[in-house]
Amino acid sequence: MRRTLLQGLLHRPLTEAAPRAEETAAVELAHALNTAAQRKLGRSLSIREIDAGSCNGCELEIHALNNAFYDLERFGLRFVASPRHADVLLVTGPVTQNMREALERTVRATPDPKWVVAVGACARDGGVFARSPACLGGVASVMPVDLVIHGCPPTPIDLLRGLLTLFAPGAAGRAQSS
Amino acid sequence: MSAWEDAGARLAAGTATLLSLWGEPARAHVALLDGAEIVHLALDCADGTFPSLGRVHPPALRLERAARDLYGLAPVGLPDARPWLDHGETPTAYPFLPVEGERLHQIPVGPVHAGIIEPGHFRFTCDGETVVRLEERLGYVHRGVEALMRGADILSAARLAGRISGDSTVAYAYGFAQAVERALGLSPPPRAVWLRALMAELERLANHLGDVGAICNDASFGLMQAHCAILRERVLRASAVAFSHRLMMDCVVPGGTACDLSAIGADALRALIAELHRRFPPLVTLYDATASLQDRTVGTGVVRPDLARRFAAGGYVGRASGRDFDARRTPGYAPYDALALTVPVLSEGDVNARVWVRIREIEASLALVDGILARLPPGPVRAEPPPGTGEGMALVEGFRGDIFVWLRVADGCIAHCHVRDPSWFQWPLLEAAIEGNIVADFPLCNKSFNCSYAGHDL
Repeated sequence: MRRTLLQGLLHRPLTEAAPRAEETAAVELAHALNTAAQRKLGRSLSIREIDAGSCNGCELEIHALNNAFYDLERFGLRFVASPRHADVLLVTGPVTQNMREALERTVRATPDPKWVVAVGACARDGGVFARSPACLGGVASVMPVDLVIHGCPPTPIDLLRGLLTLFAPGAAGRAQSS
Repeated sequence: MSAWEDAGARLAAGTATLLSLWGEPARAHVALLDGAEIVHLALDCADGTFPSLGRVHPPALRLERAARDLYGLAPVGLPDARPWLDHGETPTAYPFLPVEGERLHQIPVGPVHAGIIEPGHFRFTCDGETVVRLEERLGYVHRGVEALMRGADILSAARLAGRISGDSTVAYAYGFAQAVERALGLSPPPRAVWLRALMAELERLANHLGDVGAICNDASFGLMQAHCAILRERVLRASAVAFSHRLMMDCVVPGGTACDLSAIGADALRALIAELHRRFPPLVTLYDATASLQDRTVGTGVVRPDLARRFAAGGYVGRASGRDFDARRTPGYAPYDALALTVPVLSEGDVNARVWVRIREIEASLALVDGILARLPPGPVRAEPPPGTGEGMALVEGFRGDIFVWLRVADGCIAHCHVRDPSWFQWPLLEAAIEGNIVADFPLCNKSFNCSYAGHDL
């Protein structure tokens, strides 16, 4: 083990340079972000991920944000275990009928101010599951969405760009509170 | 005795293996593996009932509950009459099995879990720290896949198949494509046959590498996770260079593959294999030589070999408990018949055995990728599916185990399609594996199984 640790010290970091938030072809601001919330929360956000019917492809790429290449925590962003600790809800999947209540309860358990980010084609509008009666068809059909990150699934770089948009200056607008 | 009931008797006696049981309006189906042959039985049930096989063979129970929820078929004699995939109007009203005894307490977990994982509910009954019983409740990610398949054109249905369980997108697309090709009597070009296997092995590598790290992380050994996550990322990046998508979604299509492998792509894969050959063995040594880690994995979450056999558990769950089965070998499909395939089997059945089976499978997949790259035939990669009507089945080996697909094509559209994820037969074993373990070891056991919620819930 000591050898593995030592080698880790001798290597150059694998971490990618930070992408620019403005290069946001993969991102869609559903509402202008609330500057009051931005000011309050600063550059440190806690994220709670919720799978609302995803095929787990989005989860794999969200997981990758924690690896050495993307290293999400260097931006002050971190995943938390409880919605009560969260500022951002990262929701994936077409929102199944069976997950609706759990999703709504999780959102209610998250203190204001908060942002809801829909991740992936399914969360955006239901994706390939849009016409299923077992799905509600996208996160916006259940709650207001602040930011949409496109892709099926979005790559970790797409996800990083999207999340960095939350820090973008000058995006004034509506507050989201329940 | 009808052929249907005879199938039940053979399953109960252990002379045949259950591959799947499913419904469609007014008809029930069962597929068995008899030696190396897949036997399919369909039973017309005009009155909406069929004799329950779960009555004599418990692995069929959840499949029958699902067939009833999805198609209104009533399995006569089904011992468990509770709904499964259909949560109804009041999802919280589900009657969990009663547990009686002094000193017992219950811990409800989920559907929203603490990590970045899929939703499902676990009801633990514990005596102090020890789990007395775990009952799973699944179906939260039920998206109505079979209903969406009905009437879809072949390409849309293939896209859907690739999104049943994202971590196995290649394996699902592969199985779906094989079933369509058999239904229509279509042979994909040789190069496509080899490219599909290449993608399937890359998918296996990525998942096994990620999970070996994640299992160690659930035993609080983050170093392994950090290194394995780097290797997994390398596989995904090389896959993106070779096939333009990190998870290779929509790359396998009925009739062949959607893209060809360029010289640049092949070079990226060769470099990847060299890198993994260099970086992975030290991590295996690290796992093997860390006593505090072994202390958590050895003897934890044991699946008894007789249970693995009875439930026909596929993949590393079965192979770590002595079930020597791999769909690439039995019934087998090209190009694996032309490749040297090693199938690691252990008998201890604990978390440690499942980790070792995965380690050996990583090594086996590296050899397979090497072999495929060396022998990749030239030529086209896609043949257009002809119009037609027919039924087809396939059994392919995903990283998690064997995926079964049955479908009927009518005039270029999918008339009905059923897919059975390996998790259907692994989830019940997780309930058995955790019994007598401490609650704190559940994440470790769960990750060593890594069952699919989406693949199961459909």
